[in-house]
Amino acid sequence: MTATSSDTAATTQAEVSAEIAALSRAYDDAGTTEERVRLDYPPYRSSILRHPTKDPHHADPEGIELWSPAFGHTDVDPLEADLTIQHAGEPVGERMVVTGRVLDGDGRPVRHQLVEVWQANAGGRYLHKRDQHPAAIDPNFTGVGRCLTDGDGVYRFTTIKPGPYPWKNHRNAWRPAHIHFSVFGSDFTQRLVTQMYFPGDPLFALDPIYQAIVDPRARERLVASYDHDVTQPEWSTGYRWDIVLTGAHRTPMEDA
Amino acid sequence: MSTPTPGQTVGPFFGYALPYDGDSELVPPGSPGAVRLSGLVLDGAGQPVPDALLELWQPDADGVVSRETGSLRRDGFTFTGWGRAATDHAGRYSFTTVAPGPTASGAAPFFALTIFARGLLDKLHTRAYLPDPGADRLLESVPAERRDTLVARPDRHGFVFDVRLQGEGETVFLRHARD
Repeated sequence: MTATSSDTAATTQAEVSAEIAALSRAYDDAGTTEERVRLDYPPYRSSILRHPTKDPHHADPEGIELWSPAFGHTDVDPLEADLTIQHAGEPVGERMVVTGRVLDGDGRPVRHQLVEVWQANAGGRYLHKRDQHPAAIDPNFTGVGRCLTDGDGVYRFTTIKPGPYPWKNHRNAWRPAHIHFSVFGSDFTQRLVTQMYFPGDPLFALDPIYQAIVDPRARERLVASYDHDVTQPEWSTGYRWDIVLTGAHRTPMEDA
Repeated sequence: MSTPTPGQTVGPFFGYALPYDGDSELVPPGSPGAVRLSGLVLDGAGQPVPDALLELWQPDADGVVSRETGSLRRDGFTFTGWGRAATDHAGRYSFTTVAPGPTASGAAPFFALTIFARGLLDKLHTRAYLPDPGADRLLESVPAERRDTLVARPDRHGFVFDVRLQGEGETVFLRHARD
């Protein structure tokens, strides 16, 4: 079951796509609904040795697990929500606003809580020493932002639309353009790290990370919508993406 | 109830985004009562995972859950109870913190940990109980032969807690009631 790096380099997209298709057919045939991402998804080669093989142990949250860390204005400068103003010049690419609400599983806004994002630049290059993609580093774009949700659970970032980029899962593997999101809820069990994608990306069908959510409707929850009401004249395009966390375990009464 | 947004892997490139100065120091090193919580993250072949990120969330030494802000810009005095530590090239993480107290009378104290890594498609939750935890509902619900994976062991500076993602000695990971 082990895939060595030399094996993965030799694997073609067609082979990986065939694996993805087989898992998709098996899911359809099973007739069940899976709302979450699979941890065991062999087309994503790095998951092979990094997924637990035993079922998670069901636990009633207790003590600390019923709470989340608190973040406030001492933690996050409002300017951190604009990824286009962190350097002397304007970054290259399509300026865009991405905004939405963070909600808990009961539809309640997650208020005044931390949202962190990171992403590649317009050319698909991360400012990270392990990114060897030979696309230009943009000296005006770091690709890291933070904000706190407001009283309605709304987050909002101004950034540059990231580009797709190659990776080494298999030969000619490309990730669809995405923004990484890290989100906290009102209790620690709701912690979420995920990725936001853009509508209509031709790489969706080829990408084993996106396809590791085997239910088509479930993975569409990671795709933002273009929203012309968020687009600003002569300035930026706009996308909207709401994030829904799992249910909170504390009732609102206990939050007082 | 609304359907939750699925998770995705933290990927390989979080290193310039999520770690920050002082992230793993819930208390200043060398301060009274400071302990180290450290360990290895290992994959199914027993190899270290050099691109994992752990988050620690815990009560203070008296078992009080902090509601204080300031984890991202620590002032050196306020205990916020939360921190973050990326693994190094050898798969080792390390926090400087205090031993957690019981959040309720008779409760066995534990560190709550969340694990992220490249290759790990979603977060994992676990608990690191202090050594010799005594009676505890969750521990008793875990098969006896796997219980030790949830208990830290003492070392000279504090506690050691290894995370085995897969295989021999696989750590018990938790799914909560409303997940």
